[in-house]
Amino acid sequence: MTSFFLNGKSVNVDDDPSTPLLWVIRDSLGLTGTKFGCGMALCGACTVHLDGAAIRSCVAPLSRVAGKHVTTIEGLSSDLSHPLQRAWIEVDVPQCGYCQSGQIMSAAVLLKENPKPTDKDIDQAMSGNICRCGTYPRIRRAIHRAAELGVEKRTS
Amino acid sequence: MSAASARIPRRDFLKTSAAIGSGLCIAAYIPELAARTSENPPGSGAVFAPNAFVRIAPDDSVTVIANHSEMGQGIYTSLPMLLNEELEADWSKIKVEAAPVDAAYNHTVYGIQMTGGSTTTPSEWERFRKMGAMARLMLVDAAAQKWNVPASECSVEKGVVLHKASGRKAIYGSLVAAASQLTPPANIPLKDPKQFTLIGKPVRRLDTPSKTNGTAQFGLDVSLPGMLFALVARPPVFGGSVVSVDATEALKIKGVRAVERIPSGVAVIADRFWPAKLGREKLKITWDDGENANLSTSQLLADFSKQSASPGTVAKKTGDPSAALASAAKSITAEYDVPYLAHAMMEPLNCVVDLRADSCELWTGTQFETGDRASAARVAGLPPEKVKINTTLLGGGFGRRANVASDFVVEAVHVAKVAKAPVKVIWTREDDLAGGWYRPMWHDRFAAGLDASGNPIAWTHTIVGQSILTGTAFEPYGVKDGIDSASVEGAADLLYGIPNLQVDLHTPKIGVPVQWWRSVGHSHTGFSVESFFDEVAHAGGKDPCELRRTLLANQPRMLAVLNLVAEKGGWGKPLAPGRGRGIATHFSFDSYVAQVIEASVEKDGTVRVHRVVCAVDCGRTVNPDIVKAQMEGGIVFGLTAALKTEITLENGRVQQHNFYDYPMLRMFESPEIEVHIVPSEQNPTGVGEPSVPPVAPALTNAIFAVTGKRIRRLPIRASDLVAGSEAKS
Repeated sequence: MTSFFLNGKSVNVDDDPSTPLLWVIRDSLGLTGTKFGCGMALCGACTVHLDGAAIRSCVAPLSRVAGKHVTTIEGLSSDLSHPLQRAWIEVDVPQCGYCQSGQIMSAAVLLKENPKPTDKDIDQAMSGNICRCGTYPRIRRAIHRAAELGVEKRTS
Repeated sequence: MSAASARIPRRDFLKTSAAIGSGLCIAAYIPELAARTSENPPGSGAVFAPNAFVRIAPDDSVTVIANHSEMGQGIYTSLPMLLNEELEADWSKIKVEAAPVDAAYNHTVYGIQMTGGSTTTPSEWERFRKMGAMARLMLVDAAAQKWNVPASECSVEKGVVLHKASGRKAIYGSLVAAASQLTPPANIPLKDPKQFTLIGKPVRRLDTPSKTNGTAQFGLDVSLPGMLFALVARPPVFGGSVVSVDATEALKIKGVRAVERIPSGVAVIADRFWPAKLGREKLKITWDDGENANLSTSQLLADFSKQSASPGTVAKKTGDPSAALASAAKSITAEYDVPYLAHAMMEPLNCVVDLRADSCELWTGTQFETGDRASAARVAGLPPEKVKINTTLLGGGFGRRANVASDFVVEAVHVAKVAKAPVKVIWTREDDLAGGWYRPMWHDRFAAGLDASGNPIAWTHTIVGQSILTGTAFEPYGVKDGIDSASVEGAADLLYGIPNLQVDLHTPKIGVPVQWWRSVGHSHTGFSVESFFDEVAHAGGKDPCELRRTLLANQPRMLAVLNLVAEKGGWGKPLAPGRGRGIATHFSFDSYVAQVIEASVEKDGTVRVHRVVCAVDCGRTVNPDIVKAQMEGGIVFGLTAALKTEITLENGRVQQHNFYDYPMLRMFESPEIEVHIVPSEQNPTGVGEPSVPPVAPALTNAIFAVTGKRIRRLPIRASDLVAGSEAKS
């Protein structure tokens, strides 16, 4: 039995401790916003936060998260109020949408660490996330927009 | 899929699509105007469902039933826009639901239920507006009868019927029972486009919120009580088969329930995905590699080139190209190559099946419902009407999920037969890339003759590549006189006015399954034709944009697109040092696209794409922001093919495995993209695919402009661009 915190709630699972966190979250805990794309930490579709840092859950064994806090896309906000979600909607970023949970989770860590990122900062933080539909130009725009919304939120 | 069910195949759409709006296609769907499905029962009064495409509930919610799949192209927003342009309900009340499989939902041109060929909007442009208008007319009639006033005195605003003279009003939801008792009108007039209030507006996508909080449901996200998970070990060589399986070690993995042979390989069935994957790694399988054991793409390259030295079956001939070539003041030749390509949708293939004694229910992201249902029924031993398909959102499609053999569905039903429980079959990325159904490898050999002033007077083009349609139910419609129209599209229908022209085709049979891949045949002809055209311009001492203008004099729509992209792309204007500019046009899916790309090449041969400017004429735009998004996406898709990807085979085995050796364009490589739409009052044409073909040639033409090196094979290799390779001619 492994215990950890998922989106603030304590959860216990009996999956083998070597099972990748991705499949624990999806198949055992039923949260399917986190996606499978490659299984090798190459595409970023499975990005979640582990104690606030972005990790690729498809290669993180369950044992690594014992006792720690994991946040998935479902835990980013309860009401689409996160500046990234607002910006994603404003810019209409997603096409198929499959990679977008991972994109947003990567961007969330970027903005937390760097509230006003440059294009270069975005390139660096987001190049581990693949979008086959080619929404990169809009992701870039939306991250800049979310940075603005974040400033508005902090100053209001 | 039975041949009879495929009334008009995808490829013939190019020929027939001009008929949309002329009345011919309307005749095809009039019998369906009043069609209802089991999900939309007539006259029940519980909901108002005047036809198969819209349902209004007493709570005033409006459900639009989408008969095409949402794979990113935005049709879960644009189809409701078409319908609500006429229905005039409150846009905030609109919900979208995927259609079940039913003849009522057949594509208006192809005659089967499917999504592809960049045809959703052209197919539904008129039907969805009619369906919305039918509902509005009946709701207004219901209100008018209730108030005992003429319907002509009533109007509608945002889902409220108004009788201004008496001040009476009724929301649509309150009219559900009364409207359900009415007979659908025979005559359904549509608005003059000048009155459009929704069509043409950059309305935000309805599916975006669900795609930013994890609630969007893809096939992979489906879960059923008691559901098992399965992975399949497939032969390492196409056409191979299992000789023997030792499952001893696999069955020792905790969670593995069973290992079973199925026609496509060996299924490992487990409680969860992860044990199924571990179990599959432990299988000891002896394969018979079959007749493709020695297949190699390097050999195919040589074979194709050799074959192209003699003309193939003639697909198009005008004038006397041989004589014109012989008498030309100057002539040039060139050969081009493109590789097999995988679709590599971000969501790997998957299918959930709940197979019972007398029913079969599937959940999957498919583009091919009619074919999938027929195939699933055949495998399950059930009549098609006992098979229900729930089309989920698709995590990308690009053609792969419209498989003529329904490969991933057929296999999943086979797994369900042995699993004896609801089961989700999942493909890994490795399965996806090695799984075949690729964009074919193609070889193009050109010769052009120029007159003394440098104008092309002769053009011959020999194409070598596998047929996509041969051997499928589409063959009788798409393959005529030995020519698969998909192999020569974009070449045989060249827009340039060249008086002596021949396009011919060799169609080798190779044991690699091939399929349509975003822009299909145009994905190779766009590159080869537009690159060779650039060669012709340079050989004749002409500016490539200017020569295009000259030869497009009789193509006003393409000429307008070209002029717009040249202006916005700054053609002829100074450039930052070290940058080159390339231009390309391409006509596909009835749309006109031109692009200007700015690129540079570093000393080590690395290509940097700085800016892409795109102009498009796709007829009237339903949602200009969605059109722009599709152009942007197609450009990134095209850049990945130009710069990154190829599927190669050695000893019959696919050499690529995952994104480390089948790499995608990433954020840091993604250029600035600008899209300009030519305003048009013509009926809408394709949007999902047409921006792909011009990308590679605009880029290789830009590379030529800056380095003098002509790229004739994709993907572009740094080794073709480092100092010492071919010098500027």
